[in-house]
Amino acid sequence: MDCDQNPVTLSSYLDGELATEQAGSIREHVGSCPKCAAELADLVIVRRALRSARGMFTPSTEFRRTVERQIQLSRRRPLGWRLIPVTVLAAAVLLVAVAWTLYSHRSDEFVEVADMHVGALASANPVDVVSTDRHTVKPWFAGKIPFSFNLPEMAGTDFNLVGGRLVYLHQRPGAQLIVGMGQHKISVLIFQDSPEMDRAFAVPAGVRHRDAFSIETWQSQGLRFFVIGDAEPAGIDKLAKLFKAAN
Amino acid sequence: MNPEFFESAAMPLFDQLYNFAHWLTGDRTDAEDLVQETYAKALKGFRSFEEGTNLRAWMYRILRNSFLTSRAGLRSQNMMALDDDDDPELEVATSHSVTPELLLLQRESEQKVMTALASMPVHYREIVLLCEIEEMSYKEIAQVLAVPIGTVMSRLARARKMLRQALTTKFAEKASKWTVIKTPSR
Repeated sequence: MDCDQNPVTLSSYLDGELATEQAGSIREHVGSCPKCAAELADLVIVRRALRSARGMFTPSTEFRRTVERQIQLSRRRPLGWRLIPVTVLAAAVLLVAVAWTLYSHRSDEFVEVADMHVGALASANPVDVVSTDRHTVKPWFAGKIPFSFNLPEMAGTDFNLVGGRLVYLHQRPGAQLIVGMGQHKISVLIFQDSPEMDRAFAVPAGVRHRDAFSIETWQSQGLRFFVIGDAEPAGIDKLAKLFKAAN
Repeated sequence: MNPEFFESAAMPLFDQLYNFAHWLTGDRTDAEDLVQETYAKALKGFRSFEEGTNLRAWMYRILRNSFLTSRAGLRSQNMMALDDDDDPELEVATSHSVTPELLLLQRESEQKVMTALASMPVHYREIVLLCEIEEMSYKEIAQVLAVPIGTVMSRLARARKMLRQALTTKFAEKASKWTVIKTPSR
């Protein structure tokens, strides 16, 4: 007996993948078609035979452990990766804190320098040694400060030396020179350089502003110089250049 | 989804995946390499796996694709071109005189079926394995093989026909044409 039943349908019927209606009609057909019944029986035999292929090969315990280790290792790594944003944030906070501390510390140092200038101007005796002569002012400091500096010649410049006084910064003695420029008074402060001072005043060269003052600071020959006053930045810079040339 | 979940969800598939891999490669070392590669790739691409979708189908798909692109997989694909899956007119086995032989086989030649399975072209072998061994639905098989369900149906019917033929006297003749990969050994 011949039958034009598509074997695909029979195979899908075997797997229970046909719609209920279609499955019903196949069931009926198989009941009356010996050829399809025989084919279905064959498929069932094959299926039964294939069952022994299930779990035929089993992995070794050692291999299973290898893969498990592999997974566990990667489990640790993503944890590390997940911590990265936290680490970066913590580092950033720390960096900002350190920078802010350094900056505020530095600003405080400039405040101290500015205070010295203001203090001298506000004092009844702005200077301890009153002289326009650098050959009088410089020797006055001898024995009072543990270093020596050169005072530039100011005759013929916009500046005139008013005098000098002894000041302290970081508990170290230094020289404060008051220099006049027109109506303005400018302080030149000179201290022995130290690593702390270097750190505190490690700023780019040039005139900067602090409150109402212009300040320029630099380091030369083991000495730390400050030029501070309410004069124009150009004037501060000019005076600074005079001292730079002399030391 | 996190790696802890991956471990708890993917490790129970370990034995099945290994069995499947061994059936595909026909070799213990190759199967181990394949399974290891599968887990490594799955871990790597785990973020792309959508929770709620079929993890088992996803894992089998990775394994199967890894195999097909491996040297052994490429070799096995070259053995025989895949017949047209969409050919609806699969030749119905003509002779039913073989039925007693099949009955005999049912009792005595399990090993013969295994040999037949192992020597089938990979595209048929894998679909038989997924359907009969892993008991996947056609929908799941379609996901693993990335083919339409219609193709799953026709390819599976063709694979079954091959197995049935392989179990008859025609087997020896066919086997020589297919080039036997390797008889599986326990």
